Amino acid sequence: MNQNTISPRTASWREELRKSRTAKERTAIERVKMPELTAEYRVTTLTEEVNSGLTRQQAVMEASRCLDCPDPQCVTGCPVEINIPGFIKNIERENFDEALAVLRETSALPAVCGRVCPQEKQCESKCIYNKMNKPAVAIGYLERYAADNGNPEATCKAETNGIKVAVVGSGPAGLSFAGDMIKRGFDVTVFEALHEIGGVLKYGIPEFRLPNSIVEKEINGLRELGVKFEKNTIVGKTLSYDDLHEMGFKGIFVASGAGLPRFMDIPGENLINVLSSNEYLTRVNLMHAGSTGYATPVFRGKKVAIIGGGNTAMDSCRTARRMGAERAIVVYRRSETEMPARLEEVKHAKEEGVEFLTLHNPIEYLGDEQGRVRTMRLQRMELGEPDAGGRRSPVPVPGAIEEVEVDMVIVSVGVSPNPLIPNAIENLQVSKRGTIIVDETTLQSSISDLYAGGDIVRGGATVILAMGDGRRAAASMAEKLLS
Amino acid sequence: MFKIISKQQFSANVVKLEVEAPRIASSRRPGHFVIVINDEHGERIPLTIADADTKSGTITLVVQAVGESSRRICELEPGQYLHDVVGPLGRATEIRQGGTVVCCGGGVGVAPLLPIIKAMKQAGCKVISVLAARTKDLIILEEQVREYSDEVIIMTDDGSYGRKGLVTEGVESVLQREHVDEVVTIGPAVMMKFVSLLTKKYDVPTVASLNTIMVDGTGMCGACRVTVDGKTRFVCIDGPEFDAHKVDFDEMLMRLRSYN
Repeated sequence: MNQNTISPRTASWREELRKSRTAKERTAIERVKMPELTAEYRVTTLTEEVNSGLTRQQAVMEASRCLDCPDPQCVTGCPVEINIPGFIKNIERENFDEALAVLRETSALPAVCGRVCPQEKQCESKCIYNKMNKPAVAIGYLERYAADNGNPEATCKAETNGIKVAVVGSGPAGLSFAGDMIKRGFDVTVFEALHEIGGVLKYGIPEFRLPNSIVEKEINGLRELGVKFEKNTIVGKTLSYDDLHEMGFKGIFVASGAGLPRFMDIPGENLINVLSSNEYLTRVNLMHAGSTGYATPVFRGKKVAIIGGGNTAMDSCRTARRMGAERAIVVYRRSETEMPARLEEVKHAKEEGVEFLTLHNPIEYLGDEQGRVRTMRLQRMELGEPDAGGRRSPVPVPGAIEEVEVDMVIVSVGVSPNPLIPNAIENLQVSKRGTIIVDETTLQSSISDLYAGGDIVRGGATVILAMGDGRRAAASMAEKLLS
Repeated sequence: MFKIISKQQFSANVVKLEVEAPRIASSRRPGHFVIVINDEHGERIPLTIADADTKSGTITLVVQAVGESSRRICELEPGQYLHDVVGPLGRATEIRQGGTVVCCGGGVGVAPLLPIIKAMKQAGCKVISVLAARTKDLIILEEQVREYSDEVIIMTDDGSYGRKGLVTEGVESVLQREHVDEVVTIGPAVMMKFVSLLTKKYDVPTVASLNTIMVDGTGMCGACRVTVDGKTRFVCIDGPEFDAHKVDFDEMLMRLRSYN
């Protein structure tokens, strides 16, 4: 656990706060429910956030449920080891500024993580309340509350050291790296391939889950600290690795993301209106397809199938409902228990009328005479023996094949690393899967001044893990450049 | 923002623009393309690079008004700006060192063909260029093509210039009379399909530069996927050039109608 926190458990105010209520009183309080827009209303709006955030009263009450454990397990569930009781107790004493300051000690994007982290699999899964058969403290909701309502003192910037570092990609890994390096006094430039800053936070995650204004706030914060952003610039294409050296960059952090959408390689997958979730979400989120005045086209399917059970699949099916789909059907080959999506996304999707066809797997798509998808053929599955990872693998039920009428299919079965950067840099070691190979602790690649993190290393993970990589790479690169 | 330095109207619907983009100008190679957004509400459309000048830091784009976005780009005047230009994208052309090459371009496909013609010539190839269009006014860049070609054959559908007939007839006349090592074809998908069918008959290796629908142009969306040799490939990062004999042009033609 973070030893250097600004709100240690031994602080006298925390001791007093612990004594102010008994554990029995605290555990008697029911877990807060996140206020949200009604399902009927929210399917009519692409941009309004579903969760409207806790009220001050709700936040303080929820914070008082936290028992401020002597050995808080929640922290061990967090990939960046946020001092969770430290920020929560600050909410309980209504010092929201310090709550945010505690979050910022370890997390570059708390407003984002409070919204998109799979808390039920991380911090909240370790909460002591689980052992009491009670719902965990709503750590994610509280994180969001502190991030949205705290006003941290202007971050002190170290004196400029004049050393130039480059960041490739402006997603969560790149932004968190940039934030940490600028605070250490480096001269930081972030290169982004797209015409907007934010990476997956902009093109991938829809506004109803993560408003652009929240992402913009974080980016503007970095700009104010002096981070430079260059859009429309692809390292490996527009600028070569050698160009970066000529421009005086002493260290390069590659956080170019996973990028490449996977398809299933089944017949009919190239029919019209069969597309990747990346394409669908990019059209709608980044290009504003379907919004008045924007030129990018998008097909508005009435009967839309979404293949896959991850967060991107949930984002896609919920977007499809908002784009006018009468039926949005999630097709997933395992059962709901194995679904990788956040519980809240599945809940929200169901409320919004999304249908779930679990234990089914598409085997073929059939089209009309113009090549537009009309029917999907599904193989019914059952769960077999657990695989190496302990997950029960799906096996086909012989002869159980169904046909479902669709006019659009969104394939959301994962992504592969984008080969653009690895291909452009000679002698860079990459794995068979195409991810950049780095030292696990320092995140340094086979090329000494090149570090990498996020999905280009992990192959497809979460915002928080990407952010954690950004932080670790910043720490090790800074140490090397300053020594 | 990317400033338009000069503009030349080739025909009613086709313009040549010189655009300030110094980094792209110095990093681009023959075969590369860019993604352009005309204004803040615009879509991302792929355009091939016809030429570049590293001294003035400009790239040359030849744009045909076919849809709303390309029409708006064609309406821009020198001094005005393209909102975004990103590139160079795709893999550069593999330039043949020596031998006889037929470069055949249809319509605005001649624009991206020009740097390839130039590079092939400079690499010591005998270059025979076949330019085709519906009618005389739509033949573009003839003079520049002539500068780097050993021979130029012009084909028009209506016979208003050069020989009357389809591009394939022009290519076939060359294949019949001499040994050709490679054919490069850039133009409308249907034209490339028939050129490919023809050269397959003569067993001449052929490269086609595909112009599919794209969004990001960096491998992220998969809108540009085509079937090549039975496998799905992405035009933006695996192409845009492929072995034409292995491309499923019928599927490509179908997918080009996605938003019609």
